[in-house]
Amino acid sequence: MDITTRGLWTMIHGMGFGALYLLACSGAIVEIWRRYSPAAESPASAKDEAFLRVYLVVMAVLAWFAVLTGAYIVYPWYRATAPAGMVDLAGYPQLLLKSNPATSGWHSIGMEWKEHVAWLAPISITMACAVFVRYGRGIRDHPQLRNAVLGFVVVSFLSGGIAGFFGAMINKNAPVQGGSVIHLMKGGER
Amino acid sequence: MSAMETSVDRPNGSGAAALLAAGIGAFALALLAIVADKVVWFGKLMIFYKPTGPLSGVTTSAIAVWLIVWAILEARWRKRDVALGRTSAAALALLALSLLLTFPPLADLF
Repeated sequence: MDITTRGLWTMIHGMGFGALYLLACSGAIVEIWRRYSPAAESPASAKDEAFLRVYLVVMAVLAWFAVLTGAYIVYPWYRATAPAGMVDLAGYPQLLLKSNPATSGWHSIGMEWKEHVAWLAPISITMACAVFVRYGRGIRDHPQLRNAVLGFVVVSFLSGGIAGFFGAMINKNAPVQGGSVIHLMKGGER
Repeated sequence: MSAMETSVDRPNGSGAAALLAAGIGAFALALLAIVADKVVWFGKLMIFYKPTGPLSGVTTSAIAVWLIVWAILEARWRKRDVALGRTSAAALALLALSLLLTFPPLADLF
């Protein structure tokens, strides 16, 4: 079982930061919806409030790590230009996708959307985090503010989901590979 | 004084500033991405880090817009209540527009 360093970074970016963010996002939406409504049957306690603050800070960190590793580590490998005359485009995912009409859409729509829409997630969740750090449980007294923040968290989930979906599909059609090989484990004979 | 009493007295301006700034920052991102894609010289100007291309400048500039607007609005609104209904509607509309405008088939209409 081997993995290349580029493959490992792609995994850290997508399955590490990105997927974990999406999982956390669904939890945050439920928590804000159920416990911070003015009509909540079991309103959040001081302990819940402290938990949500830490939870949102962690989410914001995950979102920033996801977009920063994506844009500055993985994306340069994805969009690398091949030397003139290069026939094997396996190490050049963007060119590989564009070389075939059946896969070019994964770049022209998928990557073109993903590379921008993903940034709505850290912006939105950082804002939600800042509002909760400032208002805490008191956001129940500002229902319009709570509803708007919830809207931003939902859009952040949606934008992260779009980025995650296209990231997975792009990597399935043209994997980011290369760099040194890391041997994870030796397989048995079965 | 309980936490709830404290929060009732807390003006909504700070939250409104965070909301509207995030909406403006998101919209700036979509707008800059479209202009960088359509206007060649602007696209080149947005290359802050060559391996990442124009995406580096588009996102860095949008983040700068977001944080500057946030700082300005926070300074102006933090001690007062603002019309939160209109502010949050504007912020959510800008965010929804950004989501749509980053979609390439829609961005290509411009």
